[in-house]
Amino acid sequence: MSDAARQIVTSPDNKLFAAAKRLGTSVLPFVAVILVWQFASLFFPRFLFPSLIDVFWRCIEIFSSGAMFGDVVATILRILAGLAGAFIVGGALALLMVRSRAVDNFLSPILTLFQGIPALSWVVFAIIWFHGVEFRIFFIMVMTTLPAFTFQVLGALRAMSKDLMEMVFSFRPTRTKLFRVMIAPAILPDILTAWKVNLGNASRVVVVAELVGATGGVGYQLLQQQQLFDMAGALAWTLQLVFFVLIVQGALTLIENVAFRYRAVSERAI
Amino acid sequence: MRDIVTQAEPAIHLGHVSKVFGKAGTAYRAVDGLDLDVRPGQMLALLGKTGCGKSTIFNMIAGLTEPSSGTVRVSGRDPFRDFDSFRGKMAIVFQSDRLLPWRTAIQNVELGLEMLEVPATERRAAAQTWLTKLGLGGHENDYPHALSGGMRQRVSIARAFATNANTLLCDEPFSALDESTAGKLRAEFVRLVKENGKTAVFITHSISEALEIGDRIVVLKRPAKIAYDVSFDADTGREERELIRSRIGEVLAV
Repeated sequence: MSDAARQIVTSPDNKLFAAAKRLGTSVLPFVAVILVWQFASLFFPRFLFPSLIDVFWRCIEIFSSGAMFGDVVATILRILAGLAGAFIVGGALALLMVRSRAVDNFLSPILTLFQGIPALSWVVFAIIWFHGVEFRIFFIMVMTTLPAFTFQVLGALRAMSKDLMEMVFSFRPTRTKLFRVMIAPAILPDILTAWKVNLGNASRVVVVAELVGATGGVGYQLLQQQQLFDMAGALAWTLQLVFFVLIVQGALTLIENVAFRYRAVSERAI
Repeated sequence: MRDIVTQAEPAIHLGHVSKVFGKAGTAYRAVDGLDLDVRPGQMLALLGKTGCGKSTIFNMIAGLTEPSSGTVRVSGRDPFRDFDSFRGKMAIVFQSDRLLPWRTAIQNVELGLEMLEVPATERRAAAQTWLTKLGLGGHENDYPHALSGGMRQRVSIARAFATNANTLLCDEPFSALDESTAGKLRAEFVRLVKENGKTAVFITHSISEALEIGDRIVVLKRPAKIAYDVSFDADTGREERELIRSRIGEVLAV
Protein backbone atom coordinates (compact mmCIF):
# COMPACT_ATOMS: atom_id res chain seq x y z
CA MET A 1 0.00 0.00 0.00
CA SER A 2 1.40 3.43 -0.91
CA ASP A 3 1.95 6.11 1.78
CA ALA A 4 -0.85 8.23 0.30
CA ALA A 5 -3.28 5.33 0.32
CA ARG A 6 -2.31 4.44 3.89
CA GLN A 7 -2.90 8.06 4.94
CA ILE A 8 -6.40 8.00 3.45
CA VAL A 9 -7.28 4.79 5.30
CA THR A 10 -5.86 5.87 8.66
CA SER A 11 -6.85 9.57 8.71
CA PRO A 12 -9.07 10.51 11.73
CA ASP A 13 -11.97 11.66 9.51
CA ASN A 14 -12.07 8.37 7.65
CA LYS A 15 -11.79 6.39 10.88
CA LEU A 16 -14.74 8.36 12.27
CA PHE A 17 -16.72 7.74 9.10
CA ALA A 18 -15.91 4.02 9.20
CA ALA A 19 -16.97 3.83 12.88
CA ALA A 20 -20.22 5.70 12.16
CA LYS A 21 -20.90 3.37 9.22
CA ARG A 22 -20.32 0.29 11.40
CA LEU A 23 -22.61 1.69 14.10
CA GLY A 24 -25.27 2.58 11.54
CA THR A 25 -25.14 -0.90 10.01
CA SER A 26 -25.56 -2.59 13.38
CA VAL A 27 -28.33 -0.23 14.58
CA LEU A 28 -30.33 -0.16 11.33
CA PRO A 29 -32.06 -3.58 11.76
CA PHE A 30 -33.25 -2.59 15.27
CA VAL A 31 -34.55 0.75 14.02
CA ALA A 32 -36.46 -1.04 11.24
CA VAL A 33 -38.14 -3.45 13.73
CA ILE A 34 -39.04 -0.54 16.04
CA LEU A 35 -40.57 1.47 13.18
CA VAL A 36 -42.63 -1.49 11.91
CA TRP A 37 -43.93 -2.21 15.43
CA GLN A 38 -44.75 1.44 16.12
CA PHE A 39 -46.52 1.68 12.76
CA ALA A 40 -48.56 -1.46 13.58
CA SER A 41 -49.51 0.00 16.99
CA LEU A 42 -51.38 2.79 15.14
CA PHE A 43 -53.77 0.30 13.54
CA PHE A 44 -54.10 -2.59 16.03
CA PRO A 45 -55.61 -2.70 19.55
CA ARG A 46 -53.26 -2.01 22.48
CA PHE A 47 -53.33 -5.61 23.73
CA LEU A 48 -51.96 -6.80 20.39
CA PHE A 49 -49.43 -4.11 19.43
CA PRO A 50 -48.93 -1.58 22.27
CA SER A 51 -47.08 1.64 21.52
CA LEU A 52 -43.34 1.34 22.16
CA ILE A 53 -43.59 4.47 24.28
CA ASP A 54 -45.76 2.46 26.71
CA VAL A 55 -43.20 -0.35 26.60
CA PHE A 56 -40.42 2.16 27.30
CA TRP A 57 -42.18 3.45 30.44
CA ARG A 58 -42.83 -0.09 31.59
CA CYS A 59 -39.09 -0.77 31.23
CA ILE A 60 -38.31 2.34 33.30
CA GLU A 61 -40.80 1.11 35.91
CA ILE A 62 -38.98 -2.26 36.11
CA PHE A 63 -35.59 -0.57 36.43
CA SER A 64 -36.77 1.83 39.13
CA SER A 65 -38.76 -0.63 41.24
CA GLY A 66 -36.57 -2.59 43.64
CA ALA A 67 -38.91 -5.59 43.71
CA MET A 68 -39.30 -5.81 39.94
CA PHE A 69 -35.59 -5.27 39.25
CA GLY A 70 -34.96 -7.97 41.85
CA ASP A 71 -36.87 -10.38 39.59
CA VAL A 72 -34.57 -9.45 36.69
CA VAL A 73 -31.47 -9.95 38.84
CA ALA A 74 -32.83 -13.30 40.11
CA THR A 75 -33.25 -14.53 36.53
CA ILE A 76 -29.78 -13.31 35.53
CA LEU A 77 -28.22 -15.10 38.51
CA ARG A 78 -30.11 -18.28 37.62
CA ILE A 79 -28.80 -18.12 34.04
CA LEU A 80 -25.21 -17.47 35.15
CA ALA A 81 -25.32 -20.15 37.87
CA GLY A 82 -26.78 -22.70 35.44
CA LEU A 83 -24.20 -21.89 32.77
CA ALA A 84 -21.33 -21.95 35.26
CA GLY A 85 -22.53 -25.31 36.63
CA ALA A 86 -22.89 -26.80 33.16
CA PHE A 87 -19.50 -25.42 32.10
CA ILE A 88 -17.69 -26.84 35.13
CA VAL A 89 -19.35 -30.26 34.88
CA GLY A 90 -19.11 -30.28 31.06
CA GLY A 91 -15.43 -29.26 31.14
CA ALA A 92 -14.64 -32.02 33.64
CA LEU A 93 -16.53 -34.61 31.58
CA ALA A 94 -14.76 -33.45 28.40
CA LEU A 95 -11.36 -33.84 30.11
CA LEU A 96 -12.27 -37.38 31.20
CA MET A 97 -13.54 -38.21 27.71
CA VAL A 98 -10.42 -36.92 25.98
CA ARG A 99 -8.20 -38.91 28.36
CA SER A 100 -10.10 -42.20 28.12
CA ARG A 101 -11.71 -43.79 25.10
CA ALA A 102 -13.81 -46.01 27.41
CA VAL A 103 -15.25 -42.96 29.20
CA ASP A 104 -15.88 -41.30 25.82
CA ASN A 105 -17.67 -44.40 24.50
CA PHE A 106 -19.79 -44.52 27.67
CA LEU A 107 -20.68 -40.82 28.00
CA SER A 108 -21.12 -39.75 24.36
CA PRO A 109 -24.39 -41.70 23.79
CA ILE A 110 -25.79 -40.48 27.15
CA LEU A 111 -25.05 -36.84 26.33
CA THR A 112 -26.50 -37.27 22.85
CA LEU A 113 -29.63 -38.72 24.46
CA PHE A 114 -29.82 -35.70 26.80
CA GLN A 115 -29.56 -33.39 23.79
CA GLY A 116 -32.75 -34.91 22.40
CA ILE A 117 -34.78 -34.27 25.57
CA PRO A 118 -36.84 -31.04 25.27
CA ALA A 119 -36.31 -28.32 27.89
CA LEU A 120 -39.97 -28.62 28.94
CA SER A 121 -39.46 -32.32 29.76
CA TRP A 122 -36.58 -31.41 32.08
CA VAL A 123 -38.93 -28.88 33.73
CA VAL A 124 -41.50 -31.62 34.36
CA PHE A 125 -38.82 -34.04 35.64
CA ALA A 126 -37.43 -31.37 37.96
CA ILE A 127 -40.86 -30.57 39.42
CA ILE A 128 -41.51 -34.27 40.07
CA TRP A 129 -38.03 -35.05 41.44
CA PHE A 130 -37.12 -31.98 43.52
CA HIS A 131 -38.77 -29.67 46.04
CA GLY A 132 -36.59 -26.52 46.15
CA VAL A 133 -37.46 -23.96 43.46
CA GLU A 134 -33.90 -22.72 43.00
CA PHE A 135 -32.45 -26.22 42.79
CA ARG A 136 -35.12 -27.19 40.25
CA ILE A 137 -34.17 -24.25 38.01
CA PHE A 138 -30.44 -24.90 38.45
CA PHE A 139 -30.97 -28.56 37.52
CA ILE A 140 -32.97 -27.63 34.41
CA MET A 141 -30.37 -25.08 33.31
CA VAL A 142 -27.49 -27.52 33.80
CA MET A 143 -29.18 -30.44 32.08
CA THR A 144 -30.21 -28.41 29.02
CA THR A 145 -26.80 -26.80 28.43
CA LEU A 146 -24.50 -29.60 29.66
CA PRO A 147 -24.30 -31.65 26.42
CA ALA A 148 -23.44 -28.61 24.30
CA PHE A 149 -20.75 -27.42 26.73
CA THR A 150 -19.26 -30.92 26.99
CA PHE A 151 -19.13 -31.51 23.24
CA GLN A 152 -17.76 -28.02 22.57
CA VAL A 153 -14.96 -28.34 25.16
CA LEU A 154 -14.27 -31.89 23.95
CA GLY A 155 -14.01 -30.67 20.37
CA ALA A 156 -11.65 -27.89 21.43
CA LEU A 157 -9.42 -30.29 23.36
CA ARG A 158 -9.29 -32.70 20.42
CA ALA A 159 -8.52 -29.92 17.96
CA MET A 160 -5.43 -28.80 19.87
CA SER A 161 -2.31 -28.92 17.72
CA LYS A 162 -0.34 -32.14 18.33
CA ASP A 163 2.82 -30.37 17.15
CA LEU A 164 2.46 -27.55 19.67
CA MET A 165 1.60 -30.02 22.40
CA GLU A 166 4.77 -32.03 21.66
CA MET A 167 6.81 -28.84 21.65
CA VAL A 168 5.51 -27.85 25.10
CA PHE A 169 6.00 -31.43 26.36
CA SER A 170 9.63 -31.30 25.25
CA PHE A 171 10.20 -28.75 28.04
CA ARG A 172 8.72 -31.20 30.57
CA PRO A 173 6.00 -28.97 32.02
CA THR A 174 4.11 -29.73 35.21
CA ARG A 175 0.38 -30.41 34.73
CA THR A 176 -0.47 -26.92 35.97
CA LYS A 177 2.00 -25.27 33.62
CA LEU A 178 0.85 -27.40 30.68
CA PHE A 179 -2.71 -26.24 31.32
CA ARG A 180 -1.72 -22.59 31.73
CA VAL A 181 0.68 -22.19 28.80
CA MET A 182 -0.90 -24.57 26.29
CA ILE A 183 -4.33 -26.02 26.99
CA ALA A 184 -6.14 -22.93 28.32
CA PRO A 185 -5.04 -20.52 25.54
CA ALA A 186 -5.64 -23.17 22.86
CA ILE A 187 -9.23 -23.92 23.88
CA LEU A 188 -10.23 -20.41 24.98
CA PRO A 189 -11.67 -19.37 21.56
CA ASP A 190 -13.99 -22.40 21.53
CA ILE A 191 -14.95 -21.86 25.16
CA LEU A 192 -15.98 -18.26 24.49
CA THR A 193 -17.99 -19.40 21.47
CA ALA A 194 -19.63 -22.08 23.61
CA TRP A 195 -20.58 -19.45 26.20
CA LYS A 196 -22.03 -17.20 23.50
CA VAL A 197 -24.14 -20.00 22.04
CA ASN A 198 -25.26 -21.39 25.40
CA LEU A 199 -26.08 -17.95 26.76
CA GLY A 200 -28.84 -17.56 24.16
CA ASN A 201 -30.13 -21.08 24.86
CA ALA A 202 -30.03 -20.55 28.63
CA SER A 203 -31.95 -17.26 28.48
CA ARG A 204 -34.75 -19.07 26.63
CA VAL A 205 -34.75 -22.12 28.90
CA VAL A 206 -34.75 -20.10 32.14
CA VAL A 207 -38.03 -18.45 31.14
CA VAL A 208 -39.65 -21.86 30.59
CA ALA A 209 -38.30 -23.06 33.96
CA GLU A 210 -39.59 -19.95 35.75
CA LEU A 211 -42.96 -20.05 33.98
CA VAL A 212 -43.72 -23.43 35.48
CA GLY A 213 -41.75 -23.74 38.62
CA ALA A 214 -40.92 -20.33 40.14
CA THR A 215 -42.56 -17.62 42.20
CA GLY A 216 -40.31 -14.85 40.92
CA GLY A 217 -38.11 -13.91 37.98
CA VAL A 218 -38.72 -12.81 34.41
CA GLY A 219 -40.53 -16.03 33.48
CA TYR A 220 -42.89 -15.71 36.42
CA GLN A 221 -43.58 -12.06 35.53
CA LEU A 222 -44.27 -13.03 31.91
CA LEU A 223 -46.88 -15.50 33.17
CA GLN A 224 -48.51 -12.67 35.14
CA GLN A 225 -48.60 -10.43 32.03
CA GLN A 226 -50.16 -13.26 30.00
CA GLN A 227 -52.92 -13.65 32.61
CA LEU A 228 -53.52 -9.87 32.53
CA PHE A 229 -53.39 -9.81 28.70
CA ASP A 230 -50.78 -7.02 29.08
CA MET A 231 -48.65 -7.03 25.92
CA ALA A 232 -46.68 -3.91 26.90
CA GLY A 233 -45.67 -5.62 30.16
CA ALA A 234 -44.81 -8.87 28.38
CA LEU A 235 -42.59 -6.96 25.96
CA ALA A 236 -40.93 -4.94 28.72
CA TRP A 237 -40.05 -8.10 30.69
CA THR A 238 -38.83 -9.85 27.53
CA LEU A 239 -36.59 -6.88 26.77
CA GLN A 240 -34.90 -7.27 30.16
CA LEU A 241 -33.56 -10.65 29.05
CA VAL A 242 -32.67 -9.32 25.60
CA PHE A 243 -30.67 -6.46 27.18
CA PHE A 244 -28.88 -8.94 29.43
CA VAL A 245 -27.95 -11.21 26.53
CA LEU A 246 -26.75 -8.23 24.45
CA ILE A 247 -24.63 -6.88 27.32
CA VAL A 248 -23.01 -10.25 28.06
CA GLN A 249 -22.46 -10.95 24.33
CA GLY A 250 -20.81 -7.52 24.06
CA ALA A 251 -18.59 -8.27 27.06
CA LEU A 252 -17.59 -11.64 25.55
CA THR A 253 -16.80 -9.94 22.24
CA LEU A 254 -14.61 -7.42 24.08
CA ILE A 255 -12.77 -10.27 25.81
CA GLU A 256 -12.30 -11.93 22.40
CA ASN A 257 -10.89 -8.74 20.91
CA VAL A 258 -8.33 -8.44 23.70
CA ALA A 259 -7.53 -12.14 24.14
CA PHE A 260 -7.22 -12.95 20.43
CA ARG A 261 -5.29 -9.89 19.26
CA TYR A 262 -2.52 -12.30 18.25
CA ARG A 263 -4.58 -13.55 15.33
CA ALA A 264 -3.56 -12.48 11.84
CA VAL A 265 -6.26 -10.53 10.03
CA SER A 266 -6.53 -10.93 6.28
CA GLU A 267 -7.24 -7.79 4.29
CA ARG A 268 -9.61 -9.85 2.18
CA ALA A 269 -12.67 -10.83 4.16
CA ILE A 270 -14.35 -14.24 3.76
CA MET B 1 20.11 -42.44 39.47
CA ARG B 2 23.24 -40.42 38.62
CA ASP B 3 23.54 -36.72 38.05
CA ILE B 4 27.21 -36.48 37.17
CA VAL B 5 28.24 -37.77 33.78
CA THR B 6 31.90 -38.55 33.30
CA GLN B 7 33.70 -37.66 30.09
CA ALA B 8 34.04 -41.36 29.28
CA GLU B 9 30.32 -41.87 29.40
CA PRO B 10 28.41 -41.04 26.22
CA ALA B 11 26.02 -38.09 26.37
CA ILE B 12 23.54 -40.16 24.35
CA HIS B 13 23.52 -43.94 24.25
CA LEU B 14 21.29 -46.19 22.18
CA GLY B 15 21.86 -49.87 22.94
CA HIS B 16 20.33 -52.35 20.50
CA VAL B 17 17.22 -50.21 20.17
CA SER B 18 14.24 -51.37 18.14
CA LYS B 19 10.89 -49.73 17.57
CA VAL B 20 7.91 -51.52 16.11
CA PHE B 21 4.66 -49.72 15.30
CA GLY B 22 1.28 -51.40 14.94
CA LYS B 23 0.02 -54.79 16.04
CA ALA B 24 1.14 -58.31 15.10
CA GLY B 25 0.35 -58.98 11.46
CA THR B 26 0.50 -55.32 10.43
CA ALA B 27 3.59 -54.44 12.49
CA TYR B 28 6.10 -52.03 10.97
CA ARG B 29 9.70 -52.08 12.22
CA ALA B 30 10.95 -48.49 12.07
CA VAL B 31 14.21 -49.05 13.98
CA ASP B 32 16.01 -52.39 14.10
CA GLY B 33 18.69 -53.11 16.72
CA LEU B 34 20.39 -49.72 16.53
CA ASP B 35 23.59 -49.16 18.53
CA LEU B 36 24.78 -45.56 18.71
CA ASP B 37 26.82 -43.50 21.18
CA VAL B 38 27.24 -39.73 21.01
CA ARG B 39 29.99 -38.27 23.14
CA PRO B 40 29.55 -35.00 25.08
CA GLY B 41 30.09 -31.92 22.92
CA GLN B 42 29.71 -33.85 19.68
CA MET B 43 27.57 -32.58 16.82
CA LEU B 44 26.06 -35.63 15.22
CA ALA B 45 24.24 -35.36 11.91
CA LEU B 46 21.80 -38.22 11.39
CA LEU B 47 21.34 -38.60 7.66
CA GLY B 48 18.93 -40.78 5.75
CA LYS B 49 16.18 -40.93 3.19
CA THR B 50 12.60 -40.10 4.10
CA GLY B 51 11.00 -42.92 6.11
CA CYS B 52 14.27 -44.46 7.29
CA GLY B 53 13.38 -43.95 10.96
CA LYS B 54 15.28 -40.72 11.71
CA SER B 55 12.32 -39.05 13.39
CA THR B 56 11.55 -42.19 15.41
CA ILE B 57 15.11 -42.17 16.76
CA PHE B 58 14.74 -38.45 17.42
CA ASN B 59 11.50 -38.98 19.35
CA MET B 60 13.04 -41.79 21.40
CA ILE B 61 16.04 -39.62 22.35
CA ALA B 62 13.63 -36.78 23.17
CA GLY B 63 11.61 -39.11 25.42
CA LEU B 64 8.45 -38.62 23.39
CA THR B 65 8.39 -42.27 22.19
CA GLU B 66 9.27 -45.44 24.11
CA PRO B 67 11.51 -48.01 22.37
CA SER B 68 9.97 -51.46 21.85
CA SER B 69 13.26 -53.01 23.01
CA GLY B 70 16.79 -51.94 23.88
CA THR B 71 17.99 -49.04 25.99
CA VAL B 72 18.04 -45.30 25.37
CA ARG B 73 20.06 -43.16 27.77
CA VAL B 74 20.68 -39.43 27.73
CA SER B 75 23.20 -38.27 30.36
CA GLY B 76 22.83 -41.72 31.87
CA ARG B 77 19.04 -41.58 32.24
CA ASP B 78 16.08 -43.01 30.40
CA PRO B 79 14.46 -40.00 28.68
CA PHE B 80 11.05 -41.71 28.43
CA ARG B 81 10.74 -43.16 31.96
CA ASP B 82 12.59 -40.32 33.73
CA PHE B 83 10.77 -37.78 31.56
CA ASP B 84 10.51 -35.01 34.15
CA SER B 85 14.15 -35.29 35.23
CA PHE B 86 15.15 -33.79 31.85
CA ARG B 87 13.42 -30.49 32.59
CA GLY B 88 15.86 -27.82 31.39
CA LYS B 89 18.45 -30.42 30.30
CA MET B 90 17.22 -31.07 26.78
CA ALA B 91 15.98 -28.64 24.14
CA ILE B 92 14.49 -29.30 20.74
CA VAL B 93 14.37 -27.36 17.50
CA PHE B 94 11.63 -28.81 15.33
CA GLN B 95 11.22 -28.90 11.55
CA SER B 96 8.53 -26.22 11.77
CA ASP B 97 8.97 -23.37 14.23
CA ARG B 98 6.12 -24.54 16.51
CA LEU B 99 5.75 -21.13 18.13
CA LEU B 100 2.70 -20.62 20.32
CA PRO B 101 0.61 -18.17 18.24
CA TRP B 102 -0.84 -16.47 21.33
CA ARG B 103 2.61 -15.52 22.63
CA THR B 104 4.91 -12.78 21.38
CA ALA B 105 8.42 -13.64 20.19
CA ILE B 106 9.96 -12.92 23.59
CA GLN B 107 7.22 -14.81 25.44
CA ASN B 108 7.89 -17.82 23.19
CA VAL B 109 11.60 -17.68 24.02
CA GLU B 110 10.73 -17.50 27.73
CA LEU B 111 8.67 -20.71 27.56
CA GLY B 112 11.37 -23.17 28.64
CA LEU B 113 12.57 -20.81 31.38
CA GLU B 114 9.03 -20.63 32.75
CA MET B 115 9.08 -24.42 33.13
CA LEU B 116 12.29 -24.03 35.11
CA GLU B 117 10.63 -21.49 37.45
CA VAL B 118 13.20 -18.81 36.51
CA PRO B 119 12.07 -15.45 38.00
CA ALA B 120 10.25 -13.20 35.51
CA THR B 121 12.90 -10.44 35.27
CA GLU B 122 15.71 -12.97 34.86
CA ARG B 123 13.95 -14.95 32.15
CA ARG B 124 12.95 -11.76 30.30
CA ALA B 125 16.62 -10.69 30.29
CA ALA B 126 17.79 -14.12 29.08
CA ALA B 127 15.15 -14.21 26.34
CA GLN B 128 16.10 -10.70 25.25
CA THR B 129 19.78 -11.69 25.06
CA TRP B 130 19.05 -14.70 22.85
CA LEU B 131 16.71 -12.76 20.57
CA THR B 132 19.39 -10.10 20.12
CA LYS B 133 22.06 -12.75 19.45
CA LEU B 134 19.86 -14.16 16.72
CA GLY B 135 19.28 -10.74 15.14
CA LEU B 136 15.71 -10.27 16.33
CA GLY B 137 16.20 -7.15 18.44
CA GLY B 138 13.17 -4.92 17.91
CA HIS B 139 10.84 -7.85 17.22
CA GLU B 140 10.39 -8.93 20.85
CA ASN B 141 6.73 -7.97 20.99
CA ASP B 142 5.75 -9.22 17.55
CA TYR B 143 3.34 -12.13 17.37
CA PRO B 144 4.47 -15.12 15.22
CA HIS B 145 2.06 -14.25 12.40
CA ALA B 146 3.89 -10.94 11.95
CA LEU B 147 7.28 -12.62 11.48
CA SER B 148 8.76 -14.23 8.36
CA GLY B 149 9.49 -17.99 8.25
CA GLY B 150 13.20 -17.36 8.86
CA MET B 151 12.52 -15.04 11.79
CA ARG B 152 10.11 -17.54 13.35
CA GLN B 153 12.72 -20.30 13.09
CA ARG B 154 15.26 -17.95 14.74
CA VAL B 155 12.81 -17.49 17.61
CA SER B 156 12.51 -21.26 17.98
CA ILE B 157 16.33 -21.58 18.02
CA ALA B 158 16.49 -18.82 20.66
CA ARG B 159 13.83 -20.73 22.65
CA ALA B 160 15.97 -23.88 22.55
CA PHE B 161 19.20 -22.12 23.54
CA ALA B 162 17.62 -19.96 26.27
CA THR B 163 17.20 -22.90 28.67
CA ASN B 164 20.96 -23.58 28.46
CA ALA B 165 20.22 -27.29 28.04
CA ASN B 166 23.17 -29.68 27.66
CA THR B 167 21.59 -31.59 24.80
CA LEU B 168 20.10 -30.08 21.67
CA LEU B 169 17.94 -32.12 19.33
CA CYS B 170 17.18 -30.67 15.91
CA ASP B 171 14.76 -32.22 13.44
CA GLU B 172 15.49 -30.74 10.00
CA PRO B 173 15.03 -27.22 11.40
CA PHE B 174 16.02 -25.40 8.22
CA SER B 175 14.33 -27.59 5.62
CA ALA B 176 11.32 -25.29 5.23
CA LEU B 177 13.45 -22.19 4.57
CA ASP B 178 14.96 -20.85 1.37
CA GLU B 179 18.59 -21.84 0.83
CA SER B 180 20.01 -18.38 1.55
CA THR B 181 18.19 -18.01 4.89
CA ALA B 182 18.88 -21.64 5.78
CA GLY B 183 22.60 -21.18 5.05
CA LYS B 184 22.87 -18.14 7.33
CA LEU B 185 20.92 -19.82 10.13
CA ARG B 186 22.99 -23.00 9.82
CA ALA B 187 26.21 -21.05 10.24
CA GLU B 188 24.79 -19.19 13.25
CA PHE B 189 23.54 -22.43 14.72
CA VAL B 190 26.91 -24.20 14.42
CA ARG B 191 28.66 -21.20 15.97
CA LEU B 192 26.25 -21.10 18.92
CA VAL B 193 26.47 -24.86 19.55
CA LYS B 194 30.28 -24.76 19.50
CA GLU B 195 30.48 -21.61 21.64
CA ASN B 196 28.15 -23.07 24.25
CA GLY B 197 29.67 -26.57 24.24
CA LYS B 198 26.39 -28.39 23.56
CA THR B 199 25.88 -31.97 22.48
CA ALA B 200 23.68 -31.84 19.41
CA VAL B 201 21.87 -34.39 17.30
CA PHE B 202 20.86 -32.91 13.98
CA ILE B 203 18.51 -34.79 11.68
CA THR B 204 18.71 -34.04 8.01
CA HIS B 205 18.24 -35.60 4.60
CA SER B 206 20.71 -33.23 2.94
CA ILE B 207 24.32 -34.41 2.52
CA SER B 208 25.58 -30.81 2.22
CA GLU B 209 23.81 -29.79 5.41
CA ALA B 210 25.19 -32.80 7.28
CA LEU B 211 28.73 -31.95 6.14
CA GLU B 212 28.28 -28.31 7.15
CA ILE B 213 26.75 -28.98 10.56
CA GLY B 214 28.18 -32.19 11.96
CA ASP B 215 31.57 -33.27 13.17
CA ARG B 216 30.22 -36.76 12.80
CA ILE B 217 27.77 -38.12 10.25
CA VAL B 218 25.77 -41.30 10.68
CA VAL B 219 23.94 -42.52 7.59
CA LEU B 220 20.88 -44.65 8.28
CA LYS B 221 19.27 -47.27 6.11
CA ARG B 222 15.69 -48.46 6.41
CA PRO B 223 14.73 -49.80 8.97
CA ALA B 224 17.02 -47.47 10.91
CA LYS B 225 20.39 -49.23 11.02
CA ILE B 226 23.79 -47.60 10.69
CA ALA B 227 25.06 -47.92 7.11
CA TYR B 228 27.96 -45.48 7.39
CA ASP B 229 29.55 -43.65 10.32
CA VAL B 230 32.22 -41.02 9.78
CA SER B 231 33.84 -38.39 12.01
CA PHE B 232 35.76 -35.33 10.85
CA ASP B 233 36.72 -31.89 12.10
CA ALA B 234 37.48 -28.35 10.95
CA ASP B 235 40.91 -29.48 9.72
CA THR B 236 39.42 -32.04 7.36
CA GLY B 237 40.41 -30.90 3.89
CA ARG B 238 38.16 -30.22 0.95
CA GLU B 239 39.24 -33.33 -0.93
CA GLU B 240 38.58 -35.54 2.05
CA ARG B 241 35.14 -33.96 2.51
CA GLU B 242 34.37 -34.64 -1.14
CA LEU B 243 35.33 -38.27 -0.61
CA ILE B 244 32.99 -38.45 2.37
CA ARG B 245 30.24 -36.82 0.30
CA SER B 246 30.62 -39.32 -2.53
CA ARG B 247 30.78 -42.25 -0.09
CA ILE B 248 27.52 -41.05 1.57
CA GLY B 249 25.98 -40.72 -1.88
CA GLU B 250 26.93 -44.31 -2.70
CA VAL B 251 25.53 -45.62 0.61
CA LEU B 252 22.25 -43.78 0.12
CA ALA B 253 21.96 -44.96 -3.47
CA VAL B 254 22.09 -48.65 -2.50
